[in-house]
Amino acid sequence: MVTLLYYALVAFVSLLLIVNLAKSRSWERDVLYVIVLVPFLLRLFRLK
Amino acid sequence: MTTRLLAQKIVVAALGLALLVTAGISFRRSRNLAEPVVLGPGVTSVKKLGEYFAAIRGTVNDCNLYFMEGREPGATMLVLGGSHAEEPAGRLAAWLLVENGAVEKGRMIVVLSASRSASTMTRLGGAYPPDFTIGTPSGPRTFRMGDRWTNPLDQWPDPEVFIHYPSRQELAYVDVRNLNRTWPGRPNGTLTEKTAFAFMEMIRREKVDVAIDLHEAELQYPVISTIVTHQRGQELATMASMMLTDNEGFKIGTEFSPLTLHGLSHREIGDHSQAVSLLFEAPEPFLDATRGITSREQLLTGRDEFVVKAGKHGLLFEDIDEKGWPIAVRVGRHTSAILQVAETWSEDNPAKPLAISSVPRYAEVIEKGVGAFLQDVAKAPKDRLAYE
Repeated sequence: MVTLLYYALVAFVSLLLIVNLAKSRSWERDVLYVIVLVPFLLRLFRLK
Repeated sequence: MTTRLLAQKIVVAALGLALLVTAGISFRRSRNLAEPVVLGPGVTSVKKLGEYFAAIRGTVNDCNLYFMEGREPGATMLVLGGSHAEEPAGRLAAWLLVENGAVEKGRMIVVLSASRSASTMTRLGGAYPPDFTIGTPSGPRTFRMGDRWTNPLDQWPDPEVFIHYPSRQELAYVDVRNLNRTWPGRPNGTLTEKTAFAFMEMIRREKVDVAIDLHEAELQYPVISTIVTHQRGQELATMASMMLTDNEGFKIGTEFSPLTLHGLSHREIGDHSQAVSLLFEAPEPFLDATRGITSREQLLTGRDEFVVKAGKHGLLFEDIDEKGWPIAVRVGRHTSAILQVAETWSEDNPAKPLAISSVPRYAEVIEKGVGAFLQDVAKAPKDRLAYE
């Protein structure tokens, strides 16, 4: 159960990062969001 | 959104995707890299750990057990490689047993990936190489470089404090995923505890007489270049270490397993089964906190100028110089120590002997290299191949 919650949380934070990436207007922030997003997606896809 | 802004986002997202795919492929390959094992003449059967405890069956930790039955009856020796998958000399020494060894009297049960899940990832944030390659006469052989702990993809979350079962001793939270802190295991516990329990079931059912757990240690760790022994193995370990030091030219000591330090194989296997439990430690500079670049070369040569410098400041418990601690030296220490324990055991227990042949000793492994004793995968019949 806790694992499901964890993955739901990871998916939610990933979604927030993607929304922020879409809304941001500076390329520095875009890069920041993408770099932060990578480990979340790796975990979501059960790669690391 | 302007066209320029849209283009900017597409470029950044594409870079992120490239990063994700590149890292993902590397991690996936590392997790799924199949390591071939050529079954040597001594291997009579290959079983699964799950045969001894159903809860492990089909899991990532359902590892292979290589049975090597002797022609004559005798004692049973268990050799565990890969309890800590970031200590490759332990796995490689076990590999040499399986691919070369023959048992004349008694039998051996050899494990190459005791904590298989831990072998499927490297230390988070540690910048470890995902694998390493050993050159052999028939071509290179690549092995997974693992971690000390069970992969968090297989066991999560960690508690605030790990309370060991059954002693209730408090240990570091992360060691809830450390196979060598969870002995003797718990049937309804975590994956790591279930794995330890499965091994205990196997040790009890197969009536193992001597259990050897192969490890490596950083030079800043005081338990190094030694045999750690349960109290029932003190004479055996002490005699073996004396013989090795006298006859084979490398220094190896003996340490007694503390009675109240729980979770480790040298304590719990001996306490919870009939087996005498021993743990071997060889030096591995790759694990030292003061190391330089954590590369494949460093892993295999054991050479590191920063660890040498730490030694000059008196911070180490083992000597090191510019020659380092090559993998052949570390593997050779383990193979010789296994053979010496078998010989000493046989002298002490003539009614229950253990005779192993065709396994290279320390000097031979150093002279020819580890790769010389890894067999040709391409030439092996399919029914004599297994995969880790």
